[in-house]
Amino acid sequence: MKRVYVNEDWCLGCHLCEYYCSFANSGKSDMVKAFNGDKKTTPRIVIEEGDDINFAVQCRHCEEPLCAKGCIAGALTVTNGIVTIDSSRCVGCYTCVLSCPYGCIVTDHEKVVKKCDLCASKSGEPACVKGCPNAAIVFEERG
Amino acid sequence: MNYLIIGNSSAAIGCVEGIRKIDTTGQITILSDEPYHTYSRPLISYWLEGKVADEKIYYRPEDFYTKNNCNVILGKKAVKIDKSAREVILEDGSAISYDKLLIAAGSRPFVPPMDGLQLVTQKYTFMKYDDAKAVKEVLKPESKVLIIGAGLIGLKAAEGVYKVTKNITVVDLADRILPSILDSEGSSIVQKHLETKGVRFTLNDRVKSFTENTAVLEGGSVLDFDILIIAVGVRPNTEIAGECGIEVSRGIIIDDTCRTSDENIYAAGDCTESLDITTGTQKILALLPNAYIQGEAAGINMAGGSKNYGNAIPMNAIGFFGLHMITAGTYEGETHVIKTDDEYKKLIFKDGLLKGYIMIGEVSRAGIYTSIIREQIPASSVDMEMLVSRPQMMMFGKSRRLEKLGGVNVGN
Ligand SMILES: Cc1cc2nc3c(=O)[nH]c(=O)nc-3n(C[C@H](O)[C@H](O)[C@H](O)COP(=O)(O)OP(=O)(O)OC[C@H]3O[C@@H](n4cnc5c(N)ncnc54)[C@H](O)[C@@H]3O)c2cc1C
Ligand code: SF4
Ligand code: SF4
Repeated sequence: MKRVYVNEDWCLGCHLCEYYCSFANSGKSDMVKAFNGDKKTTPRIVIEEGDDINFAVQCRHCEEPLCAKGCIAGALTVTNGIVTIDSSRCVGCYTCVLSCPYGCIVTDHEKVVKKCDLCASKSGEPACVKGCPNAAIVFEERG
Repeated sequence: MNYLIIGNSSAAIGCVEGIRKIDTTGQITILSDEPYHTYSRPLISYWLEGKVADEKIYYRPEDFYTKNNCNVILGKKAVKIDKSAREVILEDGSAISYDKLLIAAGSRPFVPPMDGLQLVTQKYTFMKYDDAKAVKEVLKPESKVLIIGAGLIGLKAAEGVYKVTKNITVVDLADRILPSILDSEGSSIVQKHLETKGVRFTLNDRVKSFTENTAVLEGGSVLDFDILIIAVGVRPNTEIAGECGIEVSRGIIIDDTCRTSDENIYAAGDCTESLDITTGTQKILALLPNAYIQGEAAGINMAGGSKNYGNAIPMNAIGFFGLHMITAGTYEGETHVIKTDDEYKKLIFKDGLLKGYIMIGEVSRAGIYTSIIREQIPASSVDMEMLVSRPQMMMFGKSRRLEKLGGVNVGN
Protein backbone atom coordinates (compact mmCIF):
# COMPACT_ATOMS: atom_id res chain seq x y z
CA MET A 1 0.00 0.00 0.00
CA LYS A 2 1.04 3.61 -0.51
CA ARG A 3 2.52 5.36 2.50
CA VAL A 4 4.25 8.66 3.17
CA TYR A 5 8.02 8.20 3.19
CA VAL A 6 10.65 10.61 4.34
CA ASN A 7 13.85 11.62 2.65
CA GLU A 8 15.57 13.34 5.51
CA ASP A 9 18.45 14.63 3.40
CA TRP A 10 16.03 16.82 1.49
CA CYS A 11 13.96 18.15 4.37
CA LEU A 12 14.50 21.88 4.91
CA GLY A 13 12.67 21.93 8.23
CA CYS A 14 10.34 24.58 6.80
CA HIS A 15 7.25 23.19 8.59
CA LEU A 16 5.04 23.74 5.52
CA CYS A 17 3.76 20.16 5.79
CA GLU A 18 2.52 20.94 9.29
CA TYR A 19 0.59 23.94 7.97
CA TYR A 20 -0.92 21.97 5.09
CA CYS A 21 -1.88 19.20 7.49
CA SER A 22 -3.58 21.63 9.88
CA PHE A 23 -5.42 23.26 7.01
CA ALA A 24 -6.55 19.94 5.55
CA ASN A 25 -7.90 18.86 8.93
CA SER A 26 -9.44 22.20 9.89
CA GLY A 27 -12.56 21.69 7.83
CA LYS A 28 -12.13 25.28 6.61
CA SER A 29 -12.17 26.26 2.96
CA ASP A 30 -9.52 28.93 3.07
CA MET A 31 -6.18 29.01 4.76
CA VAL A 32 -6.53 32.43 6.33
CA LYS A 33 -9.66 31.33 8.19
CA ALA A 34 -7.97 28.11 9.23
CA PHE A 35 -5.11 29.94 10.92
CA ASN A 36 -7.00 32.89 12.35
CA GLY A 37 -8.43 32.77 15.83
CA ASP A 38 -7.18 30.71 18.70
CA LYS A 39 -8.68 27.35 17.77
CA LYS A 40 -5.96 26.26 15.38
CA THR A 41 -6.04 22.67 14.23
CA THR A 42 -3.10 20.66 15.54
CA PRO A 43 -1.08 19.08 12.72
CA ARG A 44 -0.85 15.30 12.58
CA ILE A 45 2.68 15.54 11.26
CA VAL A 46 5.64 16.66 13.37
CA ILE A 47 8.96 18.03 12.21
CA GLU A 48 11.98 16.99 14.21
CA GLU A 49 14.84 19.43 13.86
CA GLY A 50 18.48 18.64 14.49
CA ASP A 51 21.74 20.47 13.98
CA ASP A 52 22.10 19.43 10.37
CA ILE A 53 19.17 17.13 9.81
CA ASN A 54 15.40 17.58 9.80
CA PHE A 55 12.61 15.21 9.04
CA ALA A 56 8.87 14.79 9.23
CA VAL A 57 7.23 12.10 11.31
CA GLN A 58 3.66 10.95 10.90
CA CYS A 59 1.74 7.73 11.24
CA ARG A 60 3.42 4.80 9.49
CA HIS A 61 0.14 2.92 9.10
CA CYS A 62 1.88 -0.09 10.59
CA GLU A 63 1.05 -3.61 9.52
CA GLU A 64 0.91 -4.42 13.23
CA PRO A 65 -0.65 -1.22 14.55
CA LEU A 66 0.02 -1.29 18.28
CA CYS A 67 -2.13 1.83 18.72
CA ALA A 68 -5.23 0.07 17.39
CA LYS A 69 -4.53 -3.20 19.17
CA GLY A 70 -4.30 -1.42 22.49
CA CYS A 71 -7.08 1.14 22.10
CA ILE A 72 -9.33 0.70 25.11
CA ALA A 73 -12.40 1.99 23.29
CA GLY A 74 -12.05 0.32 19.92
CA ALA A 75 -11.81 3.83 18.45
CA LEU A 76 -8.82 3.04 16.22
CA THR A 77 -9.51 0.77 13.29
CA VAL A 78 -7.79 -0.37 10.12
CA THR A 79 -9.53 -0.01 6.76
CA ASN A 80 -7.62 -1.04 3.65
CA GLY A 81 -4.39 -0.67 5.60
CA ILE A 82 -5.17 2.88 6.75
CA VAL A 83 -5.37 3.32 10.51
CA THR A 84 -8.04 5.85 11.39
CA ILE A 85 -9.62 7.20 14.54
CA ASP A 86 -13.30 7.57 15.27
CA SER A 87 -13.17 10.74 17.37
CA SER A 88 -16.68 10.18 18.63
CA ARG A 89 -15.45 7.09 20.47
CA CYS A 90 -12.05 8.25 21.74
CA VAL A 91 -12.03 8.98 25.48
CA GLY A 92 -8.55 10.51 25.54
CA CYS A 93 -6.98 7.83 27.73
CA TYR A 94 -3.66 8.09 25.81
CA THR A 95 -3.09 4.32 25.68
CA CYS A 96 -2.30 4.81 21.99
CA VAL A 97 0.30 7.46 22.90
CA LEU A 98 1.85 4.85 25.20
CA SER A 99 1.79 2.26 22.41
CA CYS A 100 2.87 4.03 19.20
CA PRO A 101 6.58 3.31 18.62
CA TYR A 102 7.08 6.45 16.52
CA GLY A 103 5.25 9.00 18.62
CA CYS A 104 2.68 9.62 15.90
CA ILE A 105 -0.43 10.06 18.00
CA VAL A 106 -0.88 13.75 18.52
CA THR A 107 -2.21 15.26 21.72
CA ASP A 108 -3.29 18.81 22.37
CA HIS A 109 -5.66 20.65 24.71
CA GLU A 110 -8.63 18.74 23.31
CA LYS A 111 -10.02 15.58 24.86
CA VAL A 112 -9.53 13.33 21.87
CA VAL A 113 -6.22 12.41 20.25
CA LYS A 114 -5.43 12.93 16.59
CA LYS A 115 -3.58 11.01 13.96
CA CYS A 116 -2.81 11.05 10.26
CA ASP A 117 -5.34 9.27 8.05
CA LEU A 118 -3.38 9.84 4.82
CA CYS A 119 -6.12 12.32 3.90
CA ALA A 120 -8.22 9.24 3.15
CA SER A 121 -11.44 11.22 3.00
CA LYS A 122 -10.00 13.62 0.46
CA SER A 123 -8.82 12.99 -3.06
CA GLY A 124 -5.30 12.64 -4.36
CA GLU A 125 -2.06 12.73 -2.42
CA PRO A 126 -1.99 13.63 1.28
CA ALA A 127 -1.92 17.40 1.82
CA CYS A 128 1.53 17.34 3.46
CA VAL A 129 3.08 15.64 0.44
CA LYS A 130 1.38 18.02 -2.00
CA GLY A 131 2.64 20.97 0.00
CA CYS A 132 6.25 19.93 0.50
CA PRO A 133 8.39 22.23 -1.70
CA ASN A 134 11.35 19.88 -1.82
CA ALA A 135 9.85 16.38 -2.23
CA ALA A 136 11.29 15.45 1.17
CA ILE A 137 8.13 13.48 1.81
CA VAL A 138 6.64 11.33 -0.90
CA PHE A 139 3.55 9.16 -1.20
CA GLU A 140 4.63 5.84 -2.68
CA GLU A 141 4.40 2.09 -2.66
CA ARG A 142 7.58 0.68 -1.06
CA GLY A 143 8.38 -2.74 0.45
CA MET B 1 -12.26 -26.19 12.56
CA ASN B 2 -14.52 -25.54 15.51
CA TYR B 3 -13.37 -22.79 17.88
CA LEU B 4 -14.82 -22.00 21.29
CA ILE B 5 -13.95 -18.89 23.28
CA ILE B 6 -14.79 -18.44 26.97
CA GLY B 7 -15.06 -14.68 27.49
CA ASN B 8 -16.29 -11.81 25.34
CA SER B 9 -13.90 -8.99 26.19
CA SER B 10 -10.57 -7.75 24.79
CA ALA B 11 -8.73 -11.06 24.71
CA ALA B 12 -11.74 -12.85 23.21
CA ILE B 13 -12.22 -10.20 20.50
CA GLY B 14 -8.49 -10.28 19.74
CA CYS B 15 -8.83 -14.04 19.28
CA VAL B 16 -11.72 -13.69 16.82
CA GLU B 17 -9.77 -11.14 14.81
CA GLY B 18 -6.69 -13.39 14.93
CA ILE B 19 -8.59 -16.49 13.79
CA ARG B 20 -10.22 -14.61 10.91
CA LYS B 21 -6.83 -13.51 9.59
CA ILE B 22 -6.12 -17.16 8.85
CA ASP B 23 -9.40 -19.05 8.76
CA THR B 24 -12.41 -17.28 7.30
CA THR B 25 -14.82 -20.19 7.45
CA GLY B 26 -14.27 -22.12 10.71
CA GLN B 27 -17.09 -22.08 13.26
CA ILE B 28 -16.46 -19.65 16.15
CA THR B 29 -18.56 -19.74 19.31
CA ILE B 30 -18.22 -17.01 21.95
CA LEU B 31 -19.48 -17.75 25.42
CA SER B 32 -19.79 -15.24 28.25
CA ASP B 33 -21.60 -15.04 31.54
CA GLU B 34 -22.15 -11.31 31.02
CA PRO B 35 -25.32 -10.55 29.06
CA TYR B 36 -23.91 -7.76 26.86
CA HIS B 37 -22.57 -7.28 23.38
CA THR B 38 -18.78 -6.94 23.76
CA TYR B 39 -18.08 -3.74 25.66
CA SER B 40 -14.95 -1.97 26.80
CA ARG B 41 -14.35 -2.65 30.47
CA PRO B 42 -12.19 0.46 31.06
CA LEU B 43 -15.03 2.63 29.76
CA ILE B 44 -17.33 1.87 32.71
CA SER B 45 -16.00 4.84 34.71
CA TYR B 46 -16.44 7.13 31.68
CA TRP B 47 -19.95 5.76 31.28
CA LEU B 48 -20.75 6.41 34.96
CA GLU B 49 -19.41 9.92 34.54
CA GLY B 50 -21.70 10.43 31.57
CA LYS B 51 -18.79 10.90 29.13
CA VAL B 52 -19.63 7.74 27.20
CA ALA B 53 -23.23 7.03 26.22
CA ASP B 54 -24.90 3.61 26.42
CA GLU B 55 -24.57 3.17 22.68
CA LYS B 56 -20.84 4.04 22.73
CA ILE B 57 -19.57 1.64 25.38
CA TYR B 58 -19.28 -1.24 22.92
CA TYR B 59 -15.77 -2.48 22.13
CA ARG B 60 -16.62 -3.49 18.57
CA PRO B 61 -19.54 -2.35 16.36
CA GLU B 62 -22.95 -3.97 16.49
CA ASP B 63 -22.36 -6.05 13.36
CA PHE B 64 -19.06 -7.50 14.66
CA TYR B 65 -20.37 -11.01 15.36
CA THR B 66 -22.26 -11.24 12.07
CA LYS B 67 -19.35 -9.91 10.05
CA ASN B 68 -16.99 -12.38 11.67
CA ASN B 69 -19.53 -15.16 11.51
CA CYS B 70 -19.58 -15.87 15.26
CA ASN B 71 -22.17 -17.77 17.19
CA VAL B 72 -22.64 -15.95 20.51
CA ILE B 73 -23.99 -17.37 23.75
CA LEU B 74 -24.44 -14.65 26.37
CA GLY B 75 -25.44 -14.74 30.02
CA LYS B 76 -24.26 -18.31 30.53
CA LYS B 77 -21.35 -19.49 32.60
CA ALA B 78 -18.96 -22.28 31.69
CA VAL B 79 -18.51 -24.50 34.73
CA LYS B 80 -16.27 -27.29 33.51
CA ILE B 81 -13.85 -28.21 30.76
CA ASP B 82 -13.69 -31.86 29.74
CA LYS B 83 -10.30 -32.03 28.04
CA SER B 84 -10.55 -35.57 26.79
CA ALA B 85 -14.03 -35.19 25.30
CA ARG B 86 -13.09 -31.65 24.16
CA GLU B 87 -16.23 -30.20 25.61
CA VAL B 88 -17.14 -27.26 27.79
CA ILE B 89 -20.06 -27.76 30.15
CA LEU B 90 -22.32 -24.81 30.92
CA GLU B 91 -24.15 -24.15 34.17
CA ASP B 92 -27.43 -25.34 32.64
CA GLY B 93 -25.82 -28.71 31.98
CA SER B 94 -25.50 -28.31 28.21
CA ALA B 95 -22.19 -29.06 26.53
CA ILE B 96 -20.37 -27.33 23.67
CA SER B 97 -17.67 -29.20 21.83
CA TYR B 98 -14.52 -27.65 20.40
CA ASP B 99 -11.43 -28.44 18.38
CA LYS B 100 -9.57 -25.45 19.82
CA LEU B 101 -10.57 -23.64 22.99
CA LEU B 102 -9.52 -20.20 24.24
CA ILE B 103 -9.90 -19.35 27.90
CA ALA B 104 -10.22 -15.55 28.07
CA ALA B 105 -11.97 -15.48 31.41
CA GLY B 106 -10.26 -12.33 32.71
CA SER B 107 -10.23 -11.42 36.35
CA ARG B 108 -12.64 -10.64 39.13
CA PRO B 109 -12.52 -8.25 42.05
CA PHE B 110 -10.91 -9.46 45.23
CA VAL B 111 -12.92 -8.66 48.36
CA PRO B 112 -10.97 -9.40 51.53
CA PRO B 113 -12.89 -10.46 54.60
CA MET B 114 -13.72 -7.34 56.63
CA ASP B 115 -15.53 -7.24 59.92
CA GLY B 116 -19.15 -6.20 59.60
CA LEU B 117 -19.08 -5.98 55.80
CA GLN B 118 -22.30 -8.01 55.69
CA LEU B 119 -24.06 -5.10 57.42
CA VAL B 120 -23.33 -2.71 54.55
CA THR B 121 -26.26 -2.67 52.14
CA GLN B 122 -24.86 -0.38 49.44
CA LYS B 123 -21.55 -2.05 48.64
CA TYR B 124 -20.13 -2.51 45.17
CA THR B 125 -17.09 -3.62 43.27
CA PHE B 126 -16.09 -1.83 40.06
CA MET B 127 -15.21 -4.23 37.26
CA LYS B 128 -18.31 -4.71 35.15
CA TYR B 129 -20.91 -2.70 33.31
CA ASP B 130 -23.45 -4.05 35.81
CA ASP B 131 -21.35 -2.70 38.69
CA ALA B 132 -21.33 0.78 37.17
CA LYS B 133 -25.08 0.52 36.54
CA ALA B 134 -25.70 -0.50 40.13
CA VAL B 135 -23.67 2.45 41.45
CA LYS B 136 -25.46 4.87 39.14
CA GLU B 137 -28.79 3.62 40.44
CA VAL B 138 -28.05 4.66 44.03
CA LEU B 139 -25.71 7.63 43.46
CA LYS B 140 -27.14 11.00 44.50
CA PRO B 141 -25.63 14.48 44.84
CA GLU B 142 -25.74 14.12 48.62
CA SER B 143 -24.13 10.64 48.62
CA LYS B 144 -21.00 10.10 50.66
CA VAL B 145 -18.81 7.65 48.80
CA LEU B 146 -16.13 5.58 50.51
CA ILE B 147 -13.65 3.81 48.26
CA ILE B 148 -11.37 1.11 49.61
CA GLY B 149 -8.29 0.97 47.39
CA ALA B 150 -6.24 3.82 45.90
CA GLY B 151 -5.19 1.85 42.83
CA LEU B 152 -6.19 2.40 39.20
CA ILE B 153 -9.69 0.98 39.56
CA GLY B 154 -10.48 2.71 42.87
CA LEU B 155 -9.40 6.10 41.54
CA LYS B 156 -11.24 5.59 38.25
CA ALA B 157 -14.34 4.85 40.33
CA ALA B 158 -13.73 8.13 42.20
CA GLU B 159 -13.59 9.99 38.90
CA GLY B 160 -16.71 8.14 37.78
CA VAL B 161 -18.85 9.35 40.68
CA TYR B 162 -17.34 12.85 40.89
CA LYS B 163 -19.79 14.56 38.53
CA VAL B 164 -22.63 13.62 40.86
CA THR B 165 -20.97 13.89 44.27
CA LYS B 166 -17.68 15.35 45.39
CA ASN B 167 -17.95 13.77 48.80
CA ILE B 168 -15.38 11.04 48.19
CA THR B 169 -12.94 9.44 50.62
CA VAL B 170 -10.37 6.88 49.54
CA VAL B 171 -8.76 4.58 52.10
CA ASP B 172 -5.70 2.46 51.41
CA LEU B 173 -3.39 0.32 53.43
CA ALA B 174 -0.41 1.56 51.42
CA ASP B 175 1.15 4.86 52.37
CA ARG B 176 0.71 6.27 48.86
CA ILE B 177 -1.67 6.12 45.92
CA LEU B 178 -1.18 4.14 42.69
CA PRO B 179 1.81 2.23 44.08
CA SER B 180 1.70 -0.32 41.25
CA ILE B 181 2.51 2.26 38.58
CA LEU B 182 4.12 5.27 40.29
CA ASP B 183 7.14 5.99 42.48
CA SER B 184 6.58 7.95 45.68
CA GLU B 185 7.28 11.32 44.07
CA GLY B 186 4.78 10.56 41.33
CA SER B 187 2.21 9.34 43.84
CA SER B 188 2.39 12.56 45.77
CA ILE B 189 2.00 14.71 42.62
CA VAL B 190 -1.11 12.82 41.58
CA GLN B 191 -2.50 12.72 45.11
CA LYS B 192 -2.14 16.51 45.40
CA HIS B 193 -3.92 16.93 42.09
CA LEU B 194 -6.81 14.75 43.24
CA GLU B 195 -6.94 16.58 46.57
CA THR B 196 -7.27 19.95 44.84
CA LYS B 197 -10.37 18.48 43.20
CA GLY B 198 -11.74 17.65 46.64
CA VAL B 199 -11.04 13.92 46.87
CA ARG B 200 -9.93 12.98 50.41
CA PHE B 201 -7.39 10.30 51.22
CA THR B 202 -6.75 8.27 54.35
CA LEU B 203 -3.60 6.31 53.66
CA ASN B 204 -1.58 3.90 55.74
CA ASP B 205 -4.77 2.74 57.37
CA ARG B 206 -7.37 0.00 57.03
CA VAL B 207 -10.95 -0.65 57.98
CA LYS B 208 -11.26 -2.44 61.28
CA SER B 209 -15.02 -2.83 61.13
CA PHE B 210 -18.15 -1.69 59.35
CA THR B 211 -21.65 -0.90 60.41
CA GLU B 212 -24.27 -0.20 57.75
CA ASN B 213 -23.07 3.38 57.18
CA THR B 214 -19.79 3.77 59.01
CA ALA B 215 -16.29 2.43 58.75
CA VAL B 216 -14.07 2.36 61.82
CA LEU B 217 -10.41 2.45 60.86
CA GLU B 218 -7.51 0.85 62.72
CA GLY B 219 -6.11 4.35 63.21
CA GLY B 220 -9.21 5.27 65.16
CA SER B 221 -11.06 7.53 62.74
CA VAL B 222 -14.69 6.87 61.90
CA LEU B 223 -15.90 7.54 58.36
CA ASP B 224 -19.58 7.92 57.46
CA PHE B 225 -20.65 6.77 54.04
CA ASP B 226 -23.71 5.88 51.97
CA ILE B 227 -21.99 4.02 49.18
CA LEU B 228 -19.02 1.70 49.61
CA ILE B 229 -16.86 0.76 46.62
CA ILE B 230 -14.32 -2.01 47.17
CA ALA B 231 -11.38 -1.90 44.77
CA VAL B 232 -8.47 -3.49 46.56
CA GLY B 233 -7.35 -5.71 43.74
CA VAL B 234 -8.25 -8.32 41.17
CA ARG B 235 -7.77 -12.07 40.98
CA PRO B 236 -7.44 -14.02 37.75
CA ASN B 237 -10.28 -16.40 36.89
CA THR B 238 -8.24 -19.59 36.73
CA GLU B 239 -10.52 -22.10 38.47
CA ILE B 240 -12.08 -23.58 35.36
CA ALA B 241 -8.59 -24.19 33.97
CA GLY B 242 -7.09 -25.51 37.17
CA GLU B 243 -9.93 -27.92 37.82
CA CYS B 244 -9.52 -29.64 34.46
CA GLY B 245 -5.83 -30.18 35.09
CA ILE B 246 -4.25 -27.40 33.04
CA GLU B 247 -1.13 -25.95 34.62
CA VAL B 248 -1.93 -22.90 36.71
CA SER B 249 0.30 -20.87 38.96
CA ARG B 250 -1.06 -17.47 40.01
CA GLY B 251 -2.43 -17.17 36.48
CA ILE B 252 -2.91 -19.77 33.77
CA ILE B 253 0.50 -20.76 32.41
CA ILE B 254 0.97 -20.23 28.68
CA ASP B 255 3.86 -20.43 26.26
CA ASP B 256 4.88 -17.72 23.73
CA THR B 257 2.05 -18.81 21.47
CA CYS B 258 -0.53 -18.55 24.29
CA ARG B 259 -0.95 -22.32 24.43
CA THR B 260 -1.60 -23.88 27.83
CA SER B 261 -0.30 -27.25 28.94
CA ASP B 262 -3.09 -28.84 26.87
CA GLU B 263 -2.39 -28.72 23.15
CA ASN B 264 -5.95 -27.79 22.19
CA ILE B 265 -6.46 -25.17 24.85
CA TYR B 266 -5.13 -21.61 24.70
CA ALA B 267 -5.48 -18.81 27.21
CA ALA B 268 -5.05 -15.04 26.95
CA GLY B 269 -5.49 -11.81 28.88
CA ASP B 270 -5.99 -11.10 32.56
CA CYS B 271 -6.38 -14.78 33.49
CA THR B 272 -2.84 -15.67 32.37
CA GLU B 273 0.74 -15.08 33.43
CA SER B 274 2.88 -13.28 30.86
CA LEU B 275 6.62 -13.05 30.56
CA ASP B 276 7.62 -9.50 31.54
CA ILE B 277 10.76 -8.93 29.47
CA THR B 278 11.98 -6.10 31.69
CA THR B 279 12.49 -8.51 34.60
CA GLY B 280 12.40 -11.90 32.88
CA THR B 281 9.72 -13.05 35.29
CA GLN B 282 6.19 -14.37 34.84
CA LYS B 283 3.59 -11.83 35.89
CA ILE B 284 -0.07 -11.18 35.66
CA LEU B 285 -0.27 -8.14 33.40
CA ALA B 286 -3.87 -7.07 33.76
CA LEU B 287 -3.87 -4.57 30.91
CA LEU B 288 -6.10 -4.23 27.95
CA PRO B 289 -3.38 -4.00 25.26
CA ASN B 290 -1.79 -7.16 26.60
CA ALA B 291 -5.15 -8.96 26.59
CA TYR B 292 -5.83 -8.00 22.97
CA ILE B 293 -2.33 -8.84 21.75
CA GLN B 294 -2.33 -12.24 23.47
CA GLY B 295 -5.85 -12.99 22.28
CA GLU B 296 -4.91 -12.15 18.71
CA ALA B 297 -1.76 -14.29 18.86
CA ALA B 298 -3.77 -17.17 20.35
CA GLY B 299 -6.34 -16.89 17.55
CA ILE B 300 -3.71 -16.94 14.83
CA ASN B 301 -2.06 -20.01 16.39
CA MET B 302 -5.36 -21.80 16.98
CA ALA B 303 -6.13 -21.37 13.29
CA GLY B 304 -2.82 -22.90 12.28
CA GLY B 305 -0.79 -19.74 11.79
CA SER B 306 2.26 -18.77 13.79
CA LYS B 307 2.52 -15.83 16.13
CA ASN B 308 4.19 -15.06 19.46
CA TYR B 309 2.57 -12.55 21.77
CA GLY B 310 6.10 -11.36 22.53
CA ASN B 311 7.66 -8.39 24.27
CA ALA B 312 5.08 -7.97 27.02
CA ILE B 313 5.80 -5.36 29.66
CA PRO B 314 3.77 -3.69 32.37
CA MET B 315 2.53 -0.41 30.88
CA ASN B 316 -0.24 2.01 31.58
CA ALA B 317 -1.75 5.22 30.33
CA ILE B 318 -4.26 6.80 32.61
CA GLY B 319 -5.54 10.21 33.54
CA PHE B 320 -7.46 11.71 36.42
CA PHE B 321 -9.29 15.03 36.13
CA GLY B 322 -7.17 16.10 33.17
CA LEU B 323 -3.79 15.04 34.56
CA HIS B 324 -2.28 12.39 32.29
CA MET B 325 0.34 9.85 33.22
CA ILE B 326 2.07 7.17 31.20
CA THR B 327 4.27 4.54 32.78
CA ALA B 328 6.03 1.39 31.59
CA GLY B 329 8.47 -1.28 32.61
CA THR B 330 10.19 -1.66 35.97
CA TYR B 331 11.78 0.95 38.16
CA GLU B 332 14.90 -0.65 39.57
CA GLY B 333 18.13 0.82 38.31
CA GLU B 334 19.89 4.07 37.63
CA THR B 335 17.45 6.96 37.32
CA HIS B 336 17.27 10.22 35.42
CA VAL B 337 14.68 12.64 36.70
CA ILE B 338 13.30 15.79 35.11
CA LYS B 339 10.92 17.85 37.17
CA THR B 340 9.35 21.13 36.19
CA ASP B 341 6.04 22.80 36.98
CA ASP B 342 4.12 20.84 34.41
CA GLU B 343 6.18 17.72 33.99
CA TYR B 344 7.55 14.89 36.09
CA LYS B 345 9.65 12.35 34.26
CA LYS B 346 11.77 9.52 35.51
CA LEU B 347 13.76 7.20 33.27
CA ILE B 348 15.24 4.01 34.67
CA PHE B 349 18.26 2.27 33.16
CA LYS B 350 19.81 -1.07 34.00
CA ASP B 351 22.27 -3.35 32.23
CA GLY B 352 22.65 -0.80 29.44
CA LEU B 353 18.93 -0.81 28.67
CA LEU B 354 16.05 1.53 29.30
CA LYS B 355 13.94 -0.54 31.69
CA GLY B 356 11.14 1.76 32.64
CA TYR B 357 9.73 5.26 32.74
CA ILE B 358 7.20 7.39 34.53
CA MET B 359 5.80 10.49 32.83
CA ILE B 360 3.24 12.73 34.46
CA GLY B 361 1.77 15.83 32.84
CA GLU B 362 3.83 16.10 29.67
CA VAL B 363 3.46 12.66 28.09
CA SER B 364 3.62 13.31 24.36
CA ARG B 365 5.32 10.69 22.19
CA ALA B 366 5.89 8.40 25.19
CA GLY B 367 5.49 5.37 22.91
CA ILE B 368 8.99 5.97 21.55
CA TYR B 369 10.29 5.14 25.05
CA THR B 370 7.95 2.14 25.22
CA SER B 371 9.39 0.82 21.97
CA ILE B 372 12.96 1.15 23.28
CA ILE B 373 12.01 -0.95 26.30
CA ARG B 374 10.01 -3.53 24.35
CA GLU B 375 12.61 -3.92 21.62
CA GLN B 376 15.44 -3.82 24.18
CA ILE B 377 17.37 -1.27 22.14
CA PRO B 378 20.75 -0.76 23.85
CA ALA B 379 21.17 2.69 25.37
CA SER B 380 24.61 2.81 23.73
CA SER B 381 23.03 2.78 20.27
CA VAL B 382 20.99 5.95 20.80
CA ASP B 383 21.92 9.55 21.58
CA MET B 384 21.55 9.55 25.36
CA GLU B 385 21.21 13.30 25.72
CA MET B 386 18.30 13.29 23.30
CA LEU B 387 16.75 10.26 24.92
CA VAL B 388 16.80 11.88 28.33
CA SER B 389 15.49 15.22 27.11
CA ARG B 390 12.36 13.93 25.35
CA PRO B 391 11.09 11.05 23.21
CA GLN B 392 12.12 11.68 19.61
CA MET B 393 13.09 9.70 16.52
CA MET B 394 16.20 11.87 16.21
CA MET B 395 17.90 9.90 18.99
CA PHE B 396 18.17 6.79 16.82
CA GLY B 397 20.87 6.21 14.28
CA LYS B 398 20.16 7.10 10.69
CA SER B 399 19.63 3.48 9.69
CA ARG B 400 16.68 2.94 12.05
CA ARG B 401 15.13 6.16 10.81
CA LEU B 402 15.67 5.12 7.18
CA GLU B 403 13.99 1.82 7.90
CA LYS B 404 11.12 3.10 10.00
CA LEU B 405 10.37 6.43 8.33
CA GLY B 406 11.98 6.03 4.93
CA GLY B 407 10.69 2.54 4.17
CA VAL B 408 14.21 1.46 3.22
CA ASN B 409 15.22 -2.04 4.19
CA VAL B 410 18.73 -1.53 5.48
CA GLY B 411 19.12 -4.96 7.04
CA ASN B 412 21.25 -5.05 10.14
C1 LIG C 1 -12.60 0.22 35.88
C2 LIG C 1 -11.48 -0.38 35.07
C3 LIG C 1 -10.65 0.45 34.34
C4 LIG C 1 -9.62 -0.10 33.58
N1 LIG C 1 -8.84 0.76 32.86
C5 LIG C 1 -7.85 0.27 32.10
C6 LIG C 1 -7.04 1.14 31.31
O1 LIG C 1 -7.23 2.36 31.30
N2 LIG C 1 -6.07 0.60 30.56
C7 LIG C 1 -5.83 -0.75 30.55
O2 LIG C 1 -4.92 -1.18 29.86
N3 LIG C 1 -6.57 -1.60 31.26
C8 LIG C 1 -7.58 -1.12 32.05
N4 LIG C 1 -8.34 -2.00 32.79
C9 LIG C 1 -8.04 -3.43 32.71
C10 LIG C 1 -8.71 -4.06 31.48
O3 LIG C 1 -10.08 -3.82 31.54
C11 LIG C 1 -8.43 -5.55 31.44
O4 LIG C 1 -7.03 -5.76 31.36
C12 LIG C 1 -9.08 -6.22 30.23
O5 LIG C 1 -10.47 -6.04 30.26
C13 LIG C 1 -8.75 -7.71 30.21
O6 LIG C 1 -9.46 -8.34 29.20
P1 LIG C 1 -9.75 -9.90 29.22
O7 LIG C 1 -10.40 -10.20 27.92
O8 LIG C 1 -8.52 -10.63 29.58
O9 LIG C 1 -10.74 -10.16 30.42
P2 LIG C 1 -12.07 -9.46 30.95
O10 LIG C 1 -12.24 -8.11 30.39
O11 LIG C 1 -12.03 -9.59 32.44
O12 LIG C 1 -13.22 -10.39 30.38
C14 LIG C 1 -13.41 -11.71 30.75
C15 LIG C 1 -14.85 -12.09 30.49
O13 LIG C 1 -15.03 -13.49 30.66
C16 LIG C 1 -16.21 -13.74 31.41
N5 LIG C 1 -16.06 -15.03 32.09
C17 LIG C 1 -15.19 -15.34 33.07
N6 LIG C 1 -15.34 -16.63 33.45
C18 LIG C 1 -16.34 -17.14 32.70
C19 LIG C 1 -16.96 -18.40 32.63
N7 LIG C 1 -16.58 -19.42 33.42
N8 LIG C 1 -17.97 -18.59 31.75
C20 LIG C 1 -18.37 -17.57 30.95
N9 LIG C 1 -17.81 -16.35 30.96
C21 LIG C 1 -16.81 -16.13 31.83
C22 LIG C 1 -16.25 -12.57 32.37
O14 LIG C 1 -17.52 -12.35 32.90
C23 LIG C 1 -15.82 -11.44 31.45
O15 LIG C 1 -16.91 -10.93 30.74
C24 LIG C 1 -9.39 -1.49 33.56
C25 LIG C 1 -10.22 -2.32 34.30
C26 LIG C 1 -11.26 -1.79 35.05
C27 LIG C 1 -12.15 -2.70 35.81
S1 SF4 D 1 -0.22 5.62 15.12
FE1 SF4 D 1 1.78 4.67 15.47
S2 SF4 D 1 1.34 2.52 15.97
FE2 SF4 D 1 -0.50 3.37 15.05
S3 SF4 D 1 -0.32 2.78 12.89
FE3 SF4 D 1 0.51 4.88 13.13
S4 SF4 D 1 2.71 4.62 13.45
FE4 SF4 D 1 1.74 2.60 13.77
S1 SF4 E 1 -6.77 8.01 23.51
FE1 SF4 E 1 -8.58 7.50 22.27
S2 SF4 E 1 -7.79 6.46 20.44
FE2 SF4 E 1 -6.16 6.47 21.99
S3 SF4 E 1 -6.35 4.50 23.04
FE3 SF4 E 1 -7.54 6.01 24.25
S4 SF4 E 1 -9.62 5.87 23.41
FE4 SF4 E 1 -8.27 4.86 21.93
